[in-house]
Amino acid sequence: MATVRLSFSPAPVHVRTARLVGVAVARRAGVREDLLDEVRLAIGEACTRAVALHRQYGLPDPVLVEMSDAGSYAVRVVDRAPIEAGIGLTALPPDELANESLTDEALTTGVGFALLAGFVEDLQVRPVDEGVGTEVRMVWPVGR
Amino acid sequence: MELSLATRTVGEHTVLEVGGEVDVYTAPRLRERLLELIDGGARHVVVDLGRVDFLDSTGLGVLVGALKRLRTAGGSFALVCDKEPLLKIFRITALDQVFPLHPTVDAAVGAEPTGANA
Repeated sequence: MATVRLSFSPAPVHVRTARLVGVAVARRAGVREDLLDEVRLAIGEACTRAVALHRQYGLPDPVLVEMSDAGSYAVRVVDRAPIEAGIGLTALPPDELANESLTDEALTTGVGFALLAGFVEDLQVRPVDEGVGTEVRMVWPVGR
Repeated sequence: MELSLATRTVGEHTVLEVGGEVDVYTAPRLRERLLELIDGGARHVVVDLGRVDFLDSTGLGVLVGALKRLRTAGGSFALVCDKEPLLKIFRITALDQVFPLHPTVDAAVGAEPTGANA
């Protein structure tokens, strides 16, 4: 089992790095080429969400991304924000997306979750085992 | 790839050509440019995503913001996109039901009557 861990300070500029690493490890693990765009987008969304939460709560702690390829390609993105902030993710219905009263933050969060749920068949969002925070866990099959 | 932004005018339409990656880091620059255009008087805006190779929720949020702003101002907003991976993003988020999406700039400009047929 190969594991790659990446932790980065919660700044938007580093999300691209996390995407690049995530896709490189996915390719190495044997994830099908036609899934790599989805892997890239999903890792980006999970990291964007974590960065937004850290900034919202003024947390300087790093965001952790862990990639492993034990039988499948599993990616965990861990934030350290209070749990009640992380779990309440909902996708928005289309008639609400262009609603005038919807804030940009709420829209982006809703759209981000729709992308995660739409692109990742095996997706879990749950409290971390120890301490404060939420873990977004995504799994893709490997092998051709 | 870095974000690239270029503006041109087609009739009464302002066409913003976007290239590269639109994500949580670069989306604020796209938002600024769209606000500059709208504040500068552009009322019929077409955003050409033809050279975009990555678009995330932050970028989508910026596009929805521009759509709302132009609607409030009595203008119009349309997107040009013919790449399947990007179109899938619009379908999954249901934003294909929110944005007018066209395969080419010509189609977007032709489909957006600026007066009589509106």
